[in-house]
Amino acid sequence: MAVPDSIAARRPAATSPPSPTANAKRRPSRPDAAYWLFLLPGTVLFLLVIGGPLLYTGYLSLTRWSGVGEPSFIGLENYRNLLTDEVFWTSFRNTVAMIVAMVVVPTLVGLVLAAVLFDTIGRRFRPRTAAALRAAFYLPQVLPVVVAGIVWGWILRPDGALNGLLDAVGLGALRHDWLGDPGSALPVVMAVMIWVQIGYPVVVFMAALERVNPELYEAAEIDGAGWWRRFRAITLAQIRPETFVVGLTCTIAAMKVFGPIYALTRGGPENATNVPSYFAYFTFFKRLHVGYGSAISMVLTLIIVVVAVLFIGAQNRAERQDGAL
Amino acid sequence: MAATLAPARRTPPPAHPARRPRQHRGVGRWLVLLLVGAAALVMLVPFAFMLLNAFKSPGDYSANGPLSWPTEFYTTGLRTYWEQVDFPVKLWNSIVISGSVAVLAVIVSLLSAYALGIGRVRGRLWIIGLFLLANMLPQEALVYPLYHFAKEAGLYNSRLAVIIIFTVIQAAFGTYLLASVLGTFPRTLLEAAALDGAGTWRILWRVVLPNVRPTIAVLLVFFFIWTWNEFLIPLVMLIDNQTQTVPVAIATLQGDRLMDAPTTNAGALLSLLPAILFFLIFQRTLARGITAGADK
Repeated sequence: MAVPDSIAARRPAATSPPSPTANAKRRPSRPDAAYWLFLLPGTVLFLLVIGGPLLYTGYLSLTRWSGVGEPSFIGLENYRNLLTDEVFWTSFRNTVAMIVAMVVVPTLVGLVLAAVLFDTIGRRFRPRTAAALRAAFYLPQVLPVVVAGIVWGWILRPDGALNGLLDAVGLGALRHDWLGDPGSALPVVMAVMIWVQIGYPVVVFMAALERVNPELYEAAEIDGAGWWRRFRAITLAQIRPETFVVGLTCTIAAMKVFGPIYALTRGGPENATNVPSYFAYFTFFKRLHVGYGSAISMVLTLIIVVVAVLFIGAQNRAERQDGAL
Repeated sequence: MAATLAPARRTPPPAHPARRPRQHRGVGRWLVLLLVGAAALVMLVPFAFMLLNAFKSPGDYSANGPLSWPTEFYTTGLRTYWEQVDFPVKLWNSIVISGSVAVLAVIVSLLSAYALGIGRVRGRLWIIGLFLLANMLPQEALVYPLYHFAKEAGLYNSRLAVIIIFTVIQAAFGTYLLASVLGTFPRTLLEAAALDGAGTWRILWRVVLPNVRPTIAVLLVFFFIWTWNEFLIPLVMLIDNQTQTVPVAIATLQGDRLMDAPTTNAGALLSLLPAILFFLIFQRTLARGITAGADK
């Protein structure tokens, strides 16, 4: 979702904020009947593919159903069962781990990397060097994440490349079944997700930095500001809108993560890497507890919507504060 | 979802970095370059492992391990994977699905965004918010009813079902983005066209469309690549060799534990190539689209 979002994020900054909408509001509104027709295909498709199925999942979450015959209505029983389901709580604890691996670490490291690539390498060496390095960080983002997961799954196998590498450098004692051991599986999956995710903030932040006037950095340097002060006073302040966008999109991606878990561990071993979306998939299609799977999905949906609304609210507050300054 | 594509290389930025006398200060900058360069190399190590083992025979792999240089240039792994999954069919399925979705979703987005951004129909902020939320929904919240309805409608295991579903999911995002772009569309252009007697259709095709073409190009590319990389819904909806996509094919084969390490790597290599190819082909369009989007 990287770039269109950053376009969207940058747009308000690029056009002077209030004028276009304000102008339009002052003008008498035109009869909009002619335009409803244009909204028709989108609305019909939306109701068919998103609205309807979402409501139906909501209904199914109140039933017991194996997918054949008639669902039988059981009220909130599925939700009550969720509260005492160990796997459900594990999967949401793992979501926190995914947020660390896909949001917190990539955003922090991405900020520093983007600033170093842009401020130090881009200016002290050639911009081309910075662009080539950026491409290396970004490459994992281009791939179907399942395929990346399969390559990593092989690397981490007992006879895979990581153990081979440890042998080769004389650390054979550290050989390990990385994904097969409940103790190491989650940290290893987190490391893979950092690898997958890191390029996204780097690219978005570097694009954001190109918007920043280079004279700011030069002036700060002449005034004797060191790298860290320039980073805090200029970089962080200038690219805050992009930081919000990256934070929001990555948090949602982390809460929805499915493909890498499917490819790497299928939630195992012993649910050590299970996440809500895989848990729901498994409950729907392997255990055929459609009602229970629907309840998991509805809880996940609700949490995502709440997080998104909170994020957007915080962003709007921050923008208003900026405007007030 | 966050797996995305952005311009890896921009067209050369405004010339100031080159024109400014380059500062050469100390070894610090070389140290920084060394560190970042090392980190970038670490990022590439998995690809190196994959390449090294994609051309190795299974015997060679079990005898000499994953790090040895292949004793011969072994291409049977690639050929095995190619034939086992009928790779050209998978490639074609992915192209048909992603291509149709990209075009259809752009059309639907443009129509809706026209009503919302230009037509400013009543309640548009709510509608846009709804589309935005729809884009954030976990697909698990939709997948079972979609699977069930598709079965009822005889669309299960058909590419058409996947095309329709992703057209809507991508269009939800496209509508949100295009509506915000069209919200700032110069009203004078629209009024001039209306004075000339152009109706809403004519204005859309003759005035609005030419002006948002760069954004549309970016959306086409993103929709194509996002759909290409989708996994859950294709995994659920497409169950046989004739309909599956490239990522689903390798995942199901791996799930069956039928593949030895060299074939896994050969399959991964084949499955990655199209994505890398698109990246190289499209990065210029993307860079152009992004500047067009940002500078307006």
